[in-house]
Amino acid sequence: MIFHKYANPNRFLKLATTIQPWAAGATGLFFVTGLYFALLASPGDYQQGETVRIMYVHVPAAWMAMFCYTAMAMAAAVGLIWKHPVADLAARSTAPIGACFTFLALFTGSLWGKPMWGTWWVWDARLTSVLILFFLYLGYMALANAFDDPARGSKAAAILALVGAVNVPVIKFSVDWWNTLHQPASVVKIGGPAIHSSMLVPLILMALAFKAYYIWVLLIRIRGEINAGKIRALRLRQVHGGPPPIAARPSQGVN
Amino acid sequence: METLWVYLQMGGHGGFIWASYGAVLVILFGLWLISRRFAGAVQTELAVLDRDRPHRQARQNRET
Repeated sequence: MIFHKYANPNRFLKLATTIQPWAAGATGLFFVTGLYFALLASPGDYQQGETVRIMYVHVPAAWMAMFCYTAMAMAAAVGLIWKHPVADLAARSTAPIGACFTFLALFTGSLWGKPMWGTWWVWDARLTSVLILFFLYLGYMALANAFDDPARGSKAAAILALVGAVNVPVIKFSVDWWNTLHQPASVVKIGGPAIHSSMLVPLILMALAFKAYYIWVLLIRIRGEINAGKIRALRLRQVHGGPPPIAARPSQGVN
Repeated sequence: METLWVYLQMGGHGGFIWASYGAVLVILFGLWLISRRFAGAVQTELAVLDRDRPHRQARQNRET
């Protein structure tokens, strides 16, 4: 499988060096065009008025919250099953990014809810399941860093990530399974999007901006984690006067 | 000027809308900055450690 090829951190770093500037450029480009359409070129909604503009950051943030968790759980599974060192680091590096997107989805949703629903928060299935997702991210990060041995931390956190993955379909289908104040899906649904193209364009552009941002920051974080692992290995080599023990090598995960 | 003020008010919901976009920009910029600083600090530390490695020093001594 292709991901085995990138189990070597140095090979992965070469790939990351190539991709990183493209991801940075795409982030800038999509953000500028997305913000132009979201704040200037798109019309207000006939019911919600100008508050619909919150949708252009709220919905992509919510998509990214679920995407990041899925990516984190998959990377954690690969790390757990195949002992893939870079997958472990990818899972660790995704967690704070996903937590930020989840926080933004909750925060912007609250700001949208107040003028539209008349309340900042309701304990409905969609909002509650997204709040649980946020706590899962926090739990993952706390657990991954709770052990002196990074490999043990990664293993424990990977199990939490996999167990918590059951929450992702619950979030997606919560609006169909339960009676919620939150509206049902209007973009990703069978039969195509039920949204006008003048609003779909800024939504897609902002979603692409968030996706490119994720790739860009993820690569920066993985690079840092790989180098932190090398430092750990070098320090252990200095202490022991020989090659570092297996668990201390960069390929075994770092704090 | 008045047109700009009307635009910023966003039909009376400007506070909610600008707070949303502001939070997105602040958090995403902050996360990028933290990540970049972490990667930069680690890179610098690694370069120092790598330079001070015994075999590297021995090679440098031979060359000089």
